[in-house]
Amino acid sequence: MSRPEHLAPPEIFYNDDEARKYTQNSRMINIQLEMAERCLELLMLPEEQTCLLLDLGCGSGLSGSVSEESGHVWFGMDISESMLKVAKEREVEGDLLLGDIGNGIPFQPGTFDGAYSVSTLQWLCNADKSSHKPAKRLYSLFSTLLACLGRNARAVFQFYPENVYQTDLVVSQARKAGFFGGLLVDFPDSTKAKKYFLVLMTGGAMPMPAALGTDNLQINYTSKREKMTKGRASKLVKKSREWILEKKERRRRQGKTTREDTKYTGRARSGRF
Amino acid sequence: MKLLTHNLLSSKCLKGVKVGYPLRIVAKDVKISESEYNMEFVLKMIPKLDWKVLVNAAEQIGHGNNLPIELIEDYEDDEELLKKIHHVLMEVEVINGELICPETQRIFPISAGIPNLLLNEDEVS
Ligand SMILES: C[S@@+](CC[C@H](N)C(=O)[O-])C[C@H]1O[C@@H](n2cnc3c(N)ncnc32)[C@H](O)[C@@H]1O
Repeated sequence: MSRPEHLAPPEIFYNDDEARKYTQNSRMINIQLEMAERCLELLMLPEEQTCLLLDLGCGSGLSGSVSEESGHVWFGMDISESMLKVAKEREVEGDLLLGDIGNGIPFQPGTFDGAYSVSTLQWLCNADKSSHKPAKRLYSLFSTLLACLGRNARAVFQFYPENVYQTDLVVSQARKAGFFGGLLVDFPDSTKAKKYFLVLMTGGAMPMPAALGTDNLQINYTSKREKMTKGRASKLVKKSREWILEKKERRRRQGKTTREDTKYTGRARSGRF
Repeated sequence: MKLLTHNLLSSKCLKGVKVGYPLRIVAKDVKISESEYNMEFVLKMIPKLDWKVLVNAAEQIGHGNNLPIELIEDYEDDEELLKKIHHVLMEVEVINGELICPETQRIFPISAGIPNLLLNEDEVS
C-alpha cells in the first residue's frame, strides 16, 4: 500500500471525502481511538485533575474525544479545513485552530499540561514544497512545543515512520530542541499490532515507560489489549506467520514458555533432511 | 474560538515577530454555547491567564460581563466571580471575525469559529 504522505500534501489529501471516512469507517475510528487512549496513558497526567491538552493534527476530533471522556479540556490544531469542518459538525468540545504544526506552536509559555498527536508526525518527515526542510520543520515544532508546555509535562506522538532514517530524524530533532525521552514500540514482534510512539519529557531524564507486548509485561493493560488481540487473531489466516506470531505473543503474555521468534518462524519446512 | 484560547495564543510564529501578544480581536458574530462549570479548572487556569487581556477581549467583543478591572485577591472564595470567569473563558465564542498581530498588523481571519493561522511561505520564521 502506498503511503498517503507520498501522494499529496496533507491539506490536499485530507479533503471532504477523506474527512468523511473519519465519521463512517468504524474500523478506522476504533484504531484511532485505541491509539489516542494509549497516548493519553503515556502522558502520565496528574490524577483527578482537569488538564489542558493540545492535540497536534487533531483532524475530525476523534483523538480529542478521548481527552473529553477523560475529563480534560483540549485545543486542536490541524492543517486541513475539511477535517476541522467535520470536527465542528461532530460538535467536539475542543477549540480548533487551522494551522501547520511544522511552522511552530503559537501559545504562551507554560500553557499545556500535555500534548499528544495521533497518526500525524510522519507527514512532517516529507517535503511538500521546495521550501520545506523536514529537519527544520520538526525542530520548529519541537522547540516551540517545549516552550508552551508546563513543568514536567510530556508530549506523546503516535506515528508511522517509514524507515529508520525517519525515526532517527524525529528523535534527534526532539532532543536538539531540549526534550528528553525517545522512541517506544508497542507489540514490536507483531507486524499488525506494532505501534511507534515518540515519548517526550521535560524537566530531566526520566525512565521510559514500558512497551506493551514485550517481555516486561504490564499487568494493568493486559486485559483490554488481550481482548483487542483476540478479535484480530481470528481474522488472521491460520498457520500464517502473523497467526503464529500472535499466538506466541499471547502465550508469552500469559507467562507460558514460548520459543523465540526467528526469521524461520512460520516458514514451510522443505521436507528434505 | 473561545476567549480562553485567545488569552493563550500569540502570533510569534510569524517571521520577525518577537512577542506577538496579545492578539487584537475583532468579532463579527459571537455565540454563547453552554459548557459545564468546572470550578477546579477555572481555579487552575486563573494564574496562567493574563487578566487584563481577558477583560479587554471580553469588552471588545461586547461580553464584558462586569469582570473587575483588577482581579481581587481572594477570588478563590468568590463563587459568583468564578462562574463569571468560566462563562467568559469557556462559553463566549467568536464565530466570525479577525485576530490581528500587534506587531505586524497581519490579520488572521476567524470563520465558522476557527482561526486561520496558516502562513505564506515568506512569513515562516
Ligand atoms: C491520519 S489523520 C489523524 C487525525 C486524528 N489525529 C485522528 O486520530 O483521528 C492525520 C491528520 O494530520 C493532519 N496533518 C498533517 N500534516 C499536518 C501539519 N503539518 N500540520 C497540522 N496538521 C497536519 C492532517 O490534516 C490529518 O487531519
